[in-house]
Amino acid sequence: MGRYVIRRLLQMVPVILGTTFLIYVLVWSLPGDPFAAKCGDRPCPPAYIERMTNEYNLDDPLFIQYFKYMANLVTGDFGQTFSGVDIADELISRYPTTAQLALIAIGVEILIGITAGVLAALRRGGFVDNLVLVSTLIVVSIPVFVIGLLAQITFGVQLGWFPVTSDGTFYSLLMPGFVLGSLSLAFVARLMRTNLVENLRADYVRTATAKGLPRKRVIGVHALRNSLIPVITFIGADFGALLGGAIVTEGIFNVPGVGNMIFRGINQHEGATVTAAVTVLVLVFLLVNLLVDLLYAVLDPRIRYD
Amino acid sequence: MATTEAETTPRPGAAGSTPLLEVDDLHVEFRTRDGVAKAVNGVSYTLHEGETLAVLGESGSGKSVTAQAIMGILDTPPGFVTGGEVRFRGQDLLTLPDEERRAYRGRSISMIFQDALSALNPVFPVGWQIAEMFRVHEGLSKKDARKRAVELMEQVRIPAARERVNDYPHQFSGGMRQRIMIAMSIALDPDVLIADEPTTALDVTVQAQIMQLLSDLQRERNMGLILITHDLGVVADVADKIEVMYSGRIMEQAPVLDIYATPAHPYTKGLLESIPRVDLKGQELSAIKGLPPNLTNIPAGCEFRPRCPYAQQICQDSRPPLIEVVPGRFSACHFAQEVLEGDIQPA
Repeated sequence: MGRYVIRRLLQMVPVILGTTFLIYVLVWSLPGDPFAAKCGDRPCPPAYIERMTNEYNLDDPLFIQYFKYMANLVTGDFGQTFSGVDIADELISRYPTTAQLALIAIGVEILIGITAGVLAALRRGGFVDNLVLVSTLIVVSIPVFVIGLLAQITFGVQLGWFPVTSDGTFYSLLMPGFVLGSLSLAFVARLMRTNLVENLRADYVRTATAKGLPRKRVIGVHALRNSLIPVITFIGADFGALLGGAIVTEGIFNVPGVGNMIFRGINQHEGATVTAAVTVLVLVFLLVNLLVDLLYAVLDPRIRYD
Repeated sequence: MATTEAETTPRPGAAGSTPLLEVDDLHVEFRTRDGVAKAVNGVSYTLHEGETLAVLGESGSGKSVTAQAIMGILDTPPGFVTGGEVRFRGQDLLTLPDEERRAYRGRSISMIFQDALSALNPVFPVGWQIAEMFRVHEGLSKKDARKRAVELMEQVRIPAARERVNDYPHQFSGGMRQRIMIAMSIALDPDVLIADEPTTALDVTVQAQIMQLLSDLQRERNMGLILITHDLGVVADVADKIEVMYSGRIMEQAPVLDIYATPAHPYTKGLLESIPRVDLKGQELSAIKGLPPNLTNIPAGCEFRPRCPYAQQICQDSRPPLIEVVPGRFSACHFAQEVLEGDIQPA
């Protein structure tokens, strides 16, 4: 177990190096001069360009640039944005918003997704089952920005229940969180339904019935526990991905989170900002995935990591 | 003759004692897309306290389905009980509301299954699964229930029961898993234990141990035991009475020793002749030719006729009822008497 964790942690090193390098190269090699439009209508003074070029080591070969950048990163220096704000501070102030958004989305997935899946499985072929199947199909087929805009128009503008854009407060994050969770919610509902339907036919469920247990216990304890294993694994992995920020959703609702920061960074060719943010996100994603794998072993005693 | 012995030797469940379990003209069908499969067609049998009844038959003969209908664990749909009664101490279980029926499961009648690995829940410790019987049925605390579970595990002779109570099913060998299944099924001291092919998935040596355990437990607790099997060898030592099923019906019913000595139905005779024998080594094994009938389309007349070496015109015209050939012995064959006496030649 301990060895397994150490091995997984070591595996993260090449993954982090690879992803950050790719991101770094891609952002700096975007066409166009990052400093061209920084000074209004006039071209920027050569002194400014020179200072910025120095600051970000842009005259060095790409590899050297990257290693200089990573060396700073390892010592905890995340660098500054073009406007001179510390990237580390910016990340720290934005991360809680993104985390909150992810938690709301996951909450929606668990509450609605699992409930819908269980109801559909218990009334297989019935009204609820068909409703769940059709509605999840619809949700899966519509791109998230369309759902986001629809939600804004309906619940934000017409009904006025939620603010159209978010200021980072919990209440203003509810609608974006719901939209963010809706896609995976559909997957969770279907995964839950399929697994439960399958497990209800399992031999050990028949045994549980033969033991004279109440039906509620047969389903709620014996069948459900087994059916939840893949669902929880999926939700865990999804949580890791959501903690990596939701660029599109945060963009639509103007959520002041990490996704928005990355989006702006890409637009303005801020290689340092994007790379720093992505490094943190990749790290979080990898750690959450490791936790999910460990949780998997807890849920299913047949899985052992030695 | 063997029949006289049946009358003079007092057997468990001989006339006079109240039957524990009576299956009376049970009908079960499966409504599938391909049609209605008539899996059980008028099965009747009786089980007394302390008696071991072996239900013998090949796959699809309806022996397991009958047991599932008795337990009330039939997959519905597609399976439906369409007629008959299952009486436990005189009470018809089939007409009871679900909740009252549930009270009988595990407590009065319990069941063990063929494949203990899939029949036990993979994500709960075995001790927890046994203890669940006490917690749900008797409201025992977690601690007390666990203690009882350990005791049961010791009773079914699981070594180091105290240490292994928190292990999971996959950590046990096949034989040990079946012992856990048995421990769970006898937890509440049921009156009837149904064992559905309890040794089929096990090694031969382990099979004997499990059968020994079952028969010891049955004697200690004076349970009625229904032993479902397709293996004639398994039942010889432990059973009192045998029901031979074919195509959802009982073909022959007799005390176990009699049936081995003198089968009264061509199907039973065929089964006995198909057992490999050392003294016939080198000769071709005798097998019953043909296949069991398709249950969605059972032929008219005798179900066994298409495979029966003695079949005649009457077998096609009318279905032979299960009748008493000699006292204590029943057979559903037009020529039962002749088969019993060996006084018939293949047509």
